[in-house]
Amino acid sequence: MKQDIREILAKLGGLPVSVDTISDSADLYTAGLSSFASVQLMLGLEDKFDIEIPDHLLNRRSFASIDAIAETVSAVRAGQEAA
Amino acid sequence: MDMQISLLDRLFDSGLLIDTGVEGVYARSGTFEDVITAFEGLIDRFAGNTGAEVIRFPPGMNRAHFEGSGYMKNFPQLAGTVHSFCGCELDHQNLIKCMAEGSDWTEGQKASDIVLTPAACYPLYPIVARRGPLASGGALFNIQSYCFRHEPSNDPARMQLFRMREFVRLGRPEDVMAFRGEWMEKGKELMGSLEMPVEVDVANDPFFGRAGRLLKNNQRDQNLKFELLIPINSVANPTACMSFNYHQDHFGSTWGLKTADGETAHTACVGFGLERIALALFHHHGLDPKLWPASVRKALGH
Repeated sequence: MKQDIREILAKLGGLPVSVDTISDSADLYTAGLSSFASVQLMLGLEDKFDIEIPDHLLNRRSFASIDAIAETVSAVRAGQEAA
Repeated sequence: MDMQISLLDRLFDSGLLIDTGVEGVYARSGTFEDVITAFEGLIDRFAGNTGAEVIRFPPGMNRAHFEGSGYMKNFPQLAGTVHSFCGCELDHQNLIKCMAEGSDWTEGQKASDIVLTPAACYPLYPIVARRGPLASGGALFNIQSYCFRHEPSNDPARMQLFRMREFVRLGRPEDVMAFRGEWMEKGKELMGSLEMPVEVDVANDPFFGRAGRLLKNNQRDQNLKFELLIPINSVANPTACMSFNYHQDHFGSTWGLKTADGETAHTACVGFGLERIALALFHHHGLDPKLWPASVRKALGH
């Protein structure tokens, strides 16, 4: 999943550095992820993983790192399966 | 809801506001305008001799600047564009016919180069950018504009056409943050001199849609916007009468604003909702300013 996330991040994150240089736990906002790019990222993740991220997860923490994004996607998938 | 209608009705009955038949678009009486003029004088006395450059904007702005600002990314639901008839005589005849029939006559209206100004500081940034890098120490502006937001409401504190007075600070991050912090204190003091109950709270702008939910949460998480709230229609939901905004480098990078050192400028603004503040005064002290407490009248220079 993290490889998919990296591909989406490279395409939509608008980061000034290559995604390859960013570790899974690195803070993406520090790396240059803007608010507007985080919106693009959110929509790209929803499209790729066929999920709808609920309102309570639409915050900075959910997209703060590749690890955090993976957790967010997993949590949404688990929630959707349970529903 | 009933309270809102009754406040609006009281304002109409007293003649302070005059109904135009469109929610949120009202004419103002001389008394209402006198309060706004007096309040603007009070702002200037509180601000002191800052050397801020004074600019007053008309209610419309350059459409290209509006487009460049990114407003439509965030608030498409609030924007108002100016469209005009640009057709030939035959088109004109068709327009008259449609109007007479009561059918849609606006189809042939074309977007003009003007957009209604959504916030007083939007027309400022491209003007400042055109002048080149900021002087050392940055810049401070004292601006005012009529603003438009498409949000019809019978709450008199949510007008569609209203005036916003602002101070806008451009410069290094630490300077613009210090400016905003000072005004959060000054704002409370200023409203306190008018004997109005205030609270300051973290806030967010009305970003559109689900993507907007993320932007709202981001804005709150980063403490980018605070509002000074005064009860007007409701104690439970007091009305934002001032706002204190830190834009980080959003406008700086959008418009290529540079500090004297060549860094991207950061910006912050403090805004006064002039009609809302007048309404708060009328609500708290009564509809006749001659009967307001002596201390309030004195603060306003009466």
